[in-house]
Amino acid sequence: MDDRVIVRICSKILTPFIMIFALYVQFHGDYSPGGGFQAGVIFAAAFILYALVYGLARALRVLPPVVPYICGALGLFIFAGTGFVTMALGGNYLDYDVLAHDPSHGQHYGILAIEFGVLVTVFGVMVGLFYAFAGRRRS
Amino acid sequence: MITVVDITLLIMLAVTAVAVVRVRNLFGATMLMAIYSVLTAGLFVTMDAMDVAFTEAAVGAGISTILMLGTLALVGSEEAAPRHRPIVPLFVTVVTGAILIYGSLDMPAFGNPDNPAHQHVAPYYLEESYDEVGIPNIVTVVLGSYRGFDTMGEVAVVFTALVGVLLILARGRSDQHRTVDLHPSAFEADTGTPASREELDAEGREGETDHG
Repeated sequence: MDDRVIVRICSKILTPFIMIFALYVQFHGDYSPGGGFQAGVIFAAAFILYALVYGLARALRVLPPVVPYICGALGLFIFAGTGFVTMALGGNYLDYDVLAHDPSHGQHYGILAIEFGVLVTVFGVMVGLFYAFAGRRRS
Repeated sequence: MITVVDITLLIMLAVTAVAVVRVRNLFGATMLMAIYSVLTAGLFVTMDAMDVAFTEAAVGAGISTILMLGTLALVGSEEAAPRHRPIVPLFVTVVTGAILIYGSLDMPAFGNPDNPAHQHVAPYYLEESYDEVGIPNIVTVVLGSYRGFDTMGEVAVVFTALVGVLLILARGRSDQHRTVDLHPSAFEADTGTPASREELDAEGREGETDHG
């Protein structure tokens, strides 16, 4: 726990904006720079900032380590699963045209789905890596 | 104007790189590495590679720095004095760098539309991607749709990185987040007394006879 008030209050104010910005980067990635990779890192940064300022113990209560571990696998599952859904609908693997009647809409849905998978995996991996490093004691 | 920005950024990049090598305090070196990443991101911006710049700033300057600091908290922030003068490594580096610069002389000019890199599939993506996919950001379209399988591989690599780090660093029950101490002294304590080793050997022999 950091006893510097300015750092604590500022990080508390900033955290929701960092998360919203990550979601903006994620869902506006179709129109502007950004996408799942960047959004995942920014979303993870919100939790890492919390852990740095308020201490690892409190961060672990907010987000138990099992959550990022599951997220890391879940995102890849969503990505690969999208490919199997397109196969089940009669297309090639990761061929999003078949996801909707209009191929252009299908591409939209497919890219949204896989970008969400990328977001979940990158978020989980970044927080998981941070926990793994920060959780070790100095001997 | 853009040339001035480029030259300024590259000079600062070179100064930062030299400073990273010279600084003996690892905390300072980590911060300089972060600055190096931000400068690199700035160079990507001048090259109009916004997505790459974004990633470099977020991952290179942000997460990498945090992980480096986490490591420094474990290993201490003072670098040990080098035991020998780095003449041979310096020679190898200078020669390699000279060869690379010599090789770059044959490369086509930056941004020339006749470059081989711009003649293959790039024109197709630029002209057809909006009609085929309907998303204005071509980088997203190439990453998600045309090269979706590649991107899935990348996600798998990121996931594998987590699995690898967890296997090495955080072995144990995840709900309590128990970690294993890899310091040599911990190993000495863990190997146990000779008596327990003999017991282990005995168990091993019993296991063998069972199989036999």
